[in-house]
Amino acid sequence: MTGLRFTKDHEYLRLDGDAAVVGITDYAQEQLGDIVFVDLPKVGKKVTKGSELAVIESVKAASEVYAPISGEVVEVNAALGEKPALVNEDPMQGGWLVKLKVDAPGEVEGLMDADAYASFVKTL
Amino acid sequence: MTAEPNLQTAPLAHLPLDALHRSLGARMAPFAGYDMPVQYASGIVSETLHTRQKAGLFDVSHMGQAILAGAGAAAALESLVPADLVGLAPGHTRYTQLLNDKGGILDDLMATRLPGVEERLLLVVNAARKAQDYAFIRERLPQFDLLPLNRALIALQGPRAAAVLGALLPGVEDLSFMDWRAFEEGPTSVFVSRSGYTGEDGFEISIRSENAETFVKALLDNEDVQPAGLGARDALRLEAGLPLYGHDLDETIDPVEAGLAWSIGKRRRAEGGFPGFARISAALRDGPARRRVGLLPQSKAPVREGAMLVSTSGELAGHVTSGGFSPTLQRAIAMGYVASKHANKGAQVVSELRGNRVALDVAPLPFVSHRYFKPTA
Repeated sequence: MTGLRFTKDHEYLRLDGDAAVVGITDYAQEQLGDIVFVDLPKVGKKVTKGSELAVIESVKAASEVYAPISGEVVEVNAALGEKPALVNEDPMQGGWLVKLKVDAPGEVEGLMDADAYASFVKTL
Repeated sequence: MTAEPNLQTAPLAHLPLDALHRSLGARMAPFAGYDMPVQYASGIVSETLHTRQKAGLFDVSHMGQAILAGAGAAAALESLVPADLVGLAPGHTRYTQLLNDKGGILDDLMATRLPGVEERLLLVVNAARKAQDYAFIRERLPQFDLLPLNRALIALQGPRAAAVLGALLPGVEDLSFMDWRAFEEGPTSVFVSRSGYTGEDGFEISIRSENAETFVKALLDNEDVQPAGLGARDALRLEAGLPLYGHDLDETIDPVEAGLAWSIGKRRRAEGGFPGFARISAALRDGPARRRVGLLPQSKAPVREGAMLVSTSGELAGHVTSGGFSPTLQRAIAMGYVASKHANKGAQVVSELRGNRVALDVAPLPFVSHRYFKPTA
């Protein structure tokens, strides 16, 4: 898949031009366990790379999700309101979190590609 | 997201069933100095629901088991706890609290009067407190022997627990809630108490560590039994409104404000003779200044431990001591302490969650009804 990048904090970003879909990886959802609530940002919120983007509540605890890239939130995954477990079931597709209008696509440099992320996860 | 930092530095103790947990796919994490199974592959929600529907198997071997032996042991231990232990018949278990001199709770524990000629009490205490508990009891009761047991402790909890355990240990079905009996299993004794901390019918089974794996595998061979970890145990006890030491109970909280007045014996209320009697007696008579209550957040997001609570008019009302998601009720639930004027059903308090105002309805406990086995005959 082109344009797919990963952070060491287990967010993914699927870049398509100046738009990006952001979510958490399969490894991350597995680590969190049963997800019971996702606190999503408001559309229009501006985030900088590394700032808090969303909060995922599992049965056990709340975990922050950080923006893998700077931009403006243009859409959030409303389906998670009724069914937060979508993040567990299908984190890379139906369980995406937000769509961002990217400020600086160059910021993807330094994020891992799929192979690098897979290697990184094996070290954990 | 970030992984939780692992701040554990001391070497972790391992449970007798450590290898079995790993072979069952457990996710292990440090808890009270032990490497403990937090959840298995099916996850906390599934393990919680399975326990409520059939039977969940929990390894609670990290908890402390010890025998207090000697003539007059029950009367002596009454100088440290508010339960009636002198009136406890052999083969029965009672829940009580070890108190400091101000009536604050040092730990909560189960005390069983063992059958036999010699006077002996079997104590089961919390893992994180056992070293302090043992030191405290030895200091206060130096004339008695306190002998820690090196046995595994397994909790089998849920509506199918009696049938499952009864197939291995015929006769356990005859025990009532808080009865205790020793069963011969092969060359060893298995101690069984019809008790637990999930709100379900069930058993706590104490077995020699070297015999534990064979016994547990036999339980797991029953299709009604699934292993369940600390995560499910915490969800179940919160649903059942049961306080957890270090969260809902600590050294500043007395048994009355904790909602545990039911565990204070009638004779003890009259006679006293336990630490903090003046404070506890006044709280029993006049009502405590604050109370442990159930809280139903009017939000989908859980309100967690440590959240401050204010009244609808904005004055400080209390705080949350346990908060999470109830798999059984499919909603956020919590417990906490509030000033008594806010403690009645129907009262509402307010918390702040990530900058948003969340209303919480004060609710009766438990959230999920207890199903302890008490024959009606």
